[in-house]
Amino acid sequence: MPDATGLELIAAGVRERLGDEAVAGTIYHRGQATLEVAPDAVHDALAYLRDDAEEPFEFLMSVHGCDYFPEEPRLGVHYQLLSMQRLDRLGVRTRVGAEDPQVPSVVDMFSGADFQEREVFDMFGVVFDGHPDHRRILMPEDYEGYPQRRDFPMGGEPVLFTFNENEMPRWYE
Amino acid sequence: MTRHRVGGNGDPGDLRIRQLRARQMLRGELEPDDLEAYLQERVGLTTLEKAQNWARANAPWPLTFGLACCAIEMISVVGSPRMDAARFGAEVFRASPRQADMIILSGRISIKMAPVIRRIYDQMLEPKWVISMGACASSAGMFNNYALVAGADKFLPVDVYVPGCPPRPEALMYGIIKLQNKIKGQPDMGWRERYKAHGTEEVA
Amino acid sequence: MSDGPTTGDVQGAEGAPATGVSGRPTDIPYREREQSVTLERMPADGEPVYGTEIEPETELFTINMGPHHPATHGVLRLLLTLEGEIVRSVTPIIGYVHTGIEKSCEDQAYWKVIPFVERMDYLSYYFNAQAFCMAVERLLDEEVPPRAQYLRVIHLELNRIASHLFWLGTSALDLGAISILWHALRDREKILDIFEMSSGQRLHPRYFQVGGVVEDIPPGFDQKVRGFLADMPSRIDQYEAILDRNEILLQRLKHVGQVPLEELLSLGVTGPLLRAAGHPWDLRKAMPYSSYDHFEFKIPIGTQGDHYDRYRVRMAEMRESLKIVEQALDGLPEGPYITDNRKVALPPRHELATSMEALIHHFKLVTEGFRVPPGETYVAVESPRGELGCFVVADGSAKPARVHMRDPSFVNLQALRHMAEGGLIADLIAGVAMLDPILGGIDR
Repeated sequence: MPDATGLELIAAGVRERLGDEAVAGTIYHRGQATLEVAPDAVHDALAYLRDDAEEPFEFLMSVHGCDYFPEEPRLGVHYQLLSMQRLDRLGVRTRVGAEDPQVPSVVDMFSGADFQEREVFDMFGVVFDGHPDHRRILMPEDYEGYPQRRDFPMGGEPVLFTFNENEMPRWYE
Repeated sequence: MTRHRVGGNGDPGDLRIRQLRARQMLRGELEPDDLEAYLQERVGLTTLEKAQNWARANAPWPLTFGLACCAIEMISVVGSPRMDAARFGAEVFRASPRQADMIILSGRISIKMAPVIRRIYDQMLEPKWVISMGACASSAGMFNNYALVAGADKFLPVDVYVPGCPPRPEALMYGIIKLQNKIKGQPDMGWRERYKAHGTEEVA
Repeated sequence: MSDGPTTGDVQGAEGAPATGVSGRPTDIPYREREQSVTLERMPADGEPVYGTEIEPETELFTINMGPHHPATHGVLRLLLTLEGEIVRSVTPIIGYVHTGIEKSCEDQAYWKVIPFVERMDYLSYYFNAQAFCMAVERLLDEEVPPRAQYLRVIHLELNRIASHLFWLGTSALDLGAISILWHALRDREKILDIFEMSSGQRLHPRYFQVGGVVEDIPPGFDQKVRGFLADMPSRIDQYEAILDRNEILLQRLKHVGQVPLEELLSLGVTGPLLRAAGHPWDLRKAMPYSSYDHFEFKIPIGTQGDHYDRYRVRMAEMRESLKIVEQALDGLPEGPYITDNRKVALPPRHELATSMEALIHHFKLVTEGFRVPPGETYVAVESPRGELGCFVVADGSAKPARVHMRDPSFVNLQALRHMAEGGLIADLIAGVAMLDPILGGIDR
């Protein structure tokens, strides 16, 4: 992992390349470095980190989402980058609100992001601009709602006990 | 079926008598009473239905239907030499539902998969049986959430439920044996036998 | 809710109607379009029946393989476009065993998440638990005692061997060598006996806990594992003797399914597939965790990246895992098997009778669970299929705010297109077999 100063240098590099508002912050927690970028700068930031940074991170290991409800902006998309040469990992994070969750897609740079971005869309509703095959992957395609959002109900059946067994309709009714 | 040991009580004269009677029977020379006595001694008689049930029970051909972790234990029942399903006639896992007798729903049933399972069940020919293996197929198991159908009996008639997460292969075999007993018409009363609680069954 | 596309529509060319995944127009409702054939929509007289339009030069035939199919390891649905026997395009459609595990985990205490998470990649269950436990230990800043680390390594490597044996059995079954299934499962039974000895359950034992393992190994465990280790190399020799130079296997696997290395790296493929292509990346050596750096073992890599190399890499990995288990058994240190921090791990039962704090800790841990300070972390382990990562977000309470597993099969499945397109259907089957997908991990 880059240590705290290394993370600041990376953040400075991204700011220099993409402008100050591209980087929203850095987080260094328990030895892990996360760079937070603005949503529309994601594609360029990852391109910079892959190609032009002094310490490049060439591989995208994971794209995943998180719902930070009730903090705003609510939906987070995380990218985990890996450098096999320097045995280094870096997390890149972006946060979008639920009203207009648009994030540029990185499928053109890393083709492994294809299924993973579809999963983030399926579970959280984040729309990835430029994704070639933007549809649900795990839920049935006509499902309504984004299940892993925090305000989506857990679902399932109430457990039958003797006190509520007469209120629950059984399968033979 | 009744069987007599060849040789009877060891008396060589006895054997000769039986040989001559057999020859008479084959030639059609036996009197009706003698014929009936002969049949009762030498030939097993049973109703056609019982024979049919016996045959069906001892060779239930399962459909290859592994969904999730329980499928691995199911394959252990069939594949591993320790718990061998071949002795119950069930080692032939047919891939086509038209050729299978029984479907072992092993694994969690998600909402996307449920219509597929129903179509496959519909494609199976009568008589067919369903074993719901594992906690996830019987109820929702530990996953009581939006993505699962809480039990296969919501859309399929299930004959035997095998609990466990995953059930040991021995438990699945016990489930198959119970199904065999059920097919043969001797439903295993289980706990009702032990606690003398006959009369408490729900007849749907 | 944004009004992004939620259905599987594909916008047609100018003037052409939008079509769904399977090529039928979208004014037919989704369930009919993708899942069934109905007689109410028979075409008018003179119109061709869907699927029978024959183009003059090539006839592309779209067929659906799965989700119920004997060869797709689990409920994987493949939408194939075939030209004769040649696969022109393959689209995997997944989600048929999606269990919402990640959402369920948000409702459980950290201790209770471990059995949920174990059932994701249901053939390498210890690895799921290891990734999660490592993530939570990192968030808590907890140290795992060395004896627990060695015990974890023993169980992880035995699970790797068991997973590869199951892969071997089912892949050989797909390729036609049916008898290997019986042999591989026989050896797998021995490993499951070892697991039963240590934790009481064959599959999904809740053996790894945050801070160590749940219980120490019983006496006799050592002999049993050593007995297994003594037998196993000759068994692997037997499998290799049957399969390595088998003419049929060579013809089906050699020079088939090669994907260029840059493509694999861009896809994020890890594990035996990457190593078979010649790239020596293994997290156990690169970023060692849980005392893997104490052991000497090699990383088998292939040269050409075809299916045969993938097969050989996995067979060699089994041998290396045997070496690791032996070294771990030899060097098993004495000491506690779980961390001493009573705020995280249950106190031993004999203390409950005498110490009030132990009782209180036990009560709090069992009813509420331990609290984890806020933070997020991503931890990766090397599972038999590749890099298994666990992303945990903690918000200070006793339940995680988000648990996500970066499952290797999910990412590796994207390589199936590159492996199978342009080949025959039989090569597609071999590709699915050598890819080793586990649908529980893919769908979670």
